[in-house]
Amino acid sequence: MRHLFSYVITRLLLAIPMVFILLTLVFVVLRIMPGDPVSAMLGAHAPEKVIEQKKEELGLNKPIFIQYLDYLGQIGRLDLGDSMIMKQRVSEPIVDKLPATLELTFFGLLVSLGVGIPLGAVAARRRRSGRDFGIRLYANVVYCIPVFWLGLLMQLVFAVLLRWFPVSGRTSPRISSSEFNWSGFYIVDTLRKANLAAFGDVMWHIVLPAVTLGVVLSGIFVRLTRANMLDVLKSDYILAARARGVPERRVVFNHGLRNALIPIVTMLGLQFSLLLAGAILTESTFSWPGMGRLLVERIYLRDYPVIQGVIIVYALLVSAVSLVVDLLYAVIDPRVKY
Amino acid sequence: MPTSEKTILEVQDLSIAYPISIGVVRAVEGVSFTLDDGEALGVVGESGCGKSTMGLSILKLQRPPGRVTGGRIMYRGTDILSLSGRELLKLRGQKISMIFQNPLTSLNPLFTVQQHFLETIHFHDPGMPKDKALAAVGKMLETLGIERKRLSEYPHQLSGGMRQRVMIGLALIMNPDILIADEPTTSLDVIVEAGFTELLLELRRVYKLSLILITHNLGLVAELADRIAVMYAGRLMEIATAQQIFDRPLHPYTQGLIACVPNIQADQKELVTMPGSPPDLVAPPAGCRFAPRCPKVMPICREKAPALLEHERGHSAACWLYDRSVSPGAGPAFDGAGG
Amino acid sequence: MSTQPSRPHIPAARFSPAGGLASAVGWFSRSRKKYGMEWWIMIAGLVVILFVVTMTAFPGLFTRFNPNDQNAGGQMTRPSPAHVMGTDNLNRDVWARVVYGARTILGVAFAAALVSALIGIPLGLLSGFAGGVFDRVLSLIMDSVYSFPGLILAIAFAAMLGPGVINITLAVAVVYIPTYFRLVRGQTLSIKEEVYVEAARAIGARRGTILGRYVFPNVIATVVVVLSLNIADAILTEAALSYIGLGLPAGLPDWGMDLSMGKKFLPSGVWWMITFPGLMIMLLALGFTMLGEGLAEILNPRLLER
Repeated sequence: MRHLFSYVITRLLLAIPMVFILLTLVFVVLRIMPGDPVSAMLGAHAPEKVIEQKKEELGLNKPIFIQYLDYLGQIGRLDLGDSMIMKQRVSEPIVDKLPATLELTFFGLLVSLGVGIPLGAVAARRRRSGRDFGIRLYANVVYCIPVFWLGLLMQLVFAVLLRWFPVSGRTSPRISSSEFNWSGFYIVDTLRKANLAAFGDVMWHIVLPAVTLGVVLSGIFVRLTRANMLDVLKSDYILAARARGVPERRVVFNHGLRNALIPIVTMLGLQFSLLLAGAILTESTFSWPGMGRLLVERIYLRDYPVIQGVIIVYALLVSAVSLVVDLLYAVIDPRVKY
Repeated sequence: MPTSEKTILEVQDLSIAYPISIGVVRAVEGVSFTLDDGEALGVVGESGCGKSTMGLSILKLQRPPGRVTGGRIMYRGTDILSLSGRELLKLRGQKISMIFQNPLTSLNPLFTVQQHFLETIHFHDPGMPKDKALAAVGKMLETLGIERKRLSEYPHQLSGGMRQRVMIGLALIMNPDILIADEPTTSLDVIVEAGFTELLLELRRVYKLSLILITHNLGLVAELADRIAVMYAGRLMEIATAQQIFDRPLHPYTQGLIACVPNIQADQKELVTMPGSPPDLVAPPAGCRFAPRCPKVMPICREKAPALLEHERGHSAACWLYDRSVSPGAGPAFDGAGG
Repeated sequence: MSTQPSRPHIPAARFSPAGGLASAVGWFSRSRKKYGMEWWIMIAGLVVILFVVTMTAFPGLFTRFNPNDQNAGGQMTRPSPAHVMGTDNLNRDVWARVVYGARTILGVAFAAALVSALIGIPLGLLSGFAGGVFDRVLSLIMDSVYSFPGLILAIAFAAMLGPGVINITLAVAVVYIPTYFRLVRGQTLSIKEEVYVEAARAIGARRGTILGRYVFPNVIATVVVVLSLNIADAILTEAALSYIGLGLPAGLPDWGMDLSMGKKFLPSGVWWMITFPGLMIMLLALGFTMLGEGLAEILNPRLLER
């Protein structure tokens, strides 16, 4: 166990330069705009003095390096600043909307895995069959579908025409928001209060967005699973297991799939990035009150501190997930030495 | 080939082929032999001669697209090739077991030693309670000389020799009649190989195991085998007792093989080799497949393939040199031989 | 005859157009005989791409309507013989907007991929070949950027740079620079270790020759495949950016933008405003994907592991 602990520490330390670079990257990107944020906010016709004053307030007059240090210091203190447009701390809307995005991303991942892995396994078992080609075709086509287009089509067919699901939103208006006070994760909150009606409503609302997000990214898992399975099924231990009289189904699933899935875990980090990105578009389409929609909103309003805050949170999220995935990998593969 | 009541496995005229993009590879052609109860048969030949393919086919494990194109494999009177999937599962690991060349890759890296064993037991004897199973496993480990604590370890934590012993253990846990060993020591170092040989001799004695040992290592068959079958280019060239093979090899190929083994005691200046290389199995030569390389080749060898005929008691060879009708000066032929 | 061994003459790589064309044609017909499914996939992709390119170059062949004409027909009429894909809320012909929209999306995606490649490839070559601290620092930066969700990066850039076609192109381009960098760097590193490069150096070939004659041609094959797949991705990214409303002026017909407009009228059952532009995005992306995948299968034996 001590070894595992030191591995964790090492991995954490390695994560720091990456996070650092990402934060620097965000800083740089957020300051490349032609012109300055204050003029953009106040308009080009605002008096010179007012602009200068505002700049002073926001610390935009200091040399860029000082600004950078201030920026790092702020993040270190977990202070993301204040919104330029609304009277709120940057962290307020973020904390408010983050659970929505995480819920959507999580269920999207479930759909991706739930569709992708079985299809990949089936394709590998019946290699070069019609089924295999069909599944591979699906995998390639599906990734090319713009996720927002699929969302619109889903809305059109399942919400507008068939009326099986709601068009948008996270819950119906009739459910009071006090039901979701505890964590902001609607699924958790409604279960905690054992409010089955609200729980059902929340689940009903998450179906279309999660399926949209999940389907588009399932193609990657199909291909990955199939490739890994093909590799694994050629292994000697598969032959040896068959020679011992282990039934084929068990050979494929317990011996084959379990081994094939390990590389998939390492891909989860990358997939999470894609899911977060896709979630922005899905949120726009389904009016899902998450960070993606917040970002788009504030871009429109030119609220730069919030924009920066959201992107920083995205960067930190991605780093955190990547770290967790690495650690998870060490735990599930007994061959990894620590 | 005469069979007796003691014969438990009889391979009759087995042929295996697999299609590739440019044609069909005739990996095994017309191979026939028997295995008696308690006997050890060594199948030797160079790489690519089809011995592994043949070994795998006994349990119908040959890799697709390989298919058996002819012949029968009789185990205690039943043709294995005609068995259903379910019946085949009962045969594998329980009546006939197989161990392979590379023990590390033959074990699932995610399963502990114990999990491997319990799984095998579970699928052959689902009713056995866990404690009984564990007791049986414990006994097996003792026989193999593996410490009990290894049960909870993963394959990569064991040494090469230990893994090979685990493999044997898994193969023998259900007490099968026949063990097929495909190149079992090729990936082991010499010292471990010696230990393995000792172990196998002991196990054969204790479990009354019949053995088919597939290898290119003549030294190994010299120690372990009662009879030896020599394969070349998918065909059986010679089959006899170990004594006969080493004392008086009949087939020129066998003679060449034995001559190739360096003799540490003799004053040998050069290593002996056989010129040439095995034929293309998609378009094999007409006639005897060894003819292109044979130092004693005759015109008829290139035209017709010789049949495997018994020339001395218990000693058969497929070679025109010994066929009376072709070579009048050939050695004593044995009448009434099958083939 | 000189008494001393002279420097061996290594001819510089010559790229004659006629020779190049001849060998390309030869390669084409040889490939067709050799490969089945992959060949047809590649061709299918090529067909789609050529179709759209023609649409870009000669829009007049496909439609007589002007995409910005707000008097083309009735308001939000269903698809009919007069308007194959119906009209939108501003009475514009949808098919015309699709045809003219091809220019925008293809132009941006193409340009972005090219810019990415032009920056990423030399950097990758340099970094791989030079090694040392420079390589490690640059790799670290590139890896960090690569691990960041591409779309979010593009959104950030687009938001900061402001509206405009060039800005959008740059925003999309930035996302893919690490892709080319990593690809080329990886190839350079492994080729550097190859024996034949050692051999070349042993007979006195200059560094530039090594890069140009040995490293570059091998890299080119992989790059072409990645370029194709990259363009597919860039198409989706550009569409996503304009869907969110980042950056294209209203006068320019754009498929992504049309989708976000059509979204508002969806609850009323107006399906034609979103179906066709979206379908086109998918088809175009698919076309480039199939081209790239097909090429990858065909060029496979010569490709190093990517």
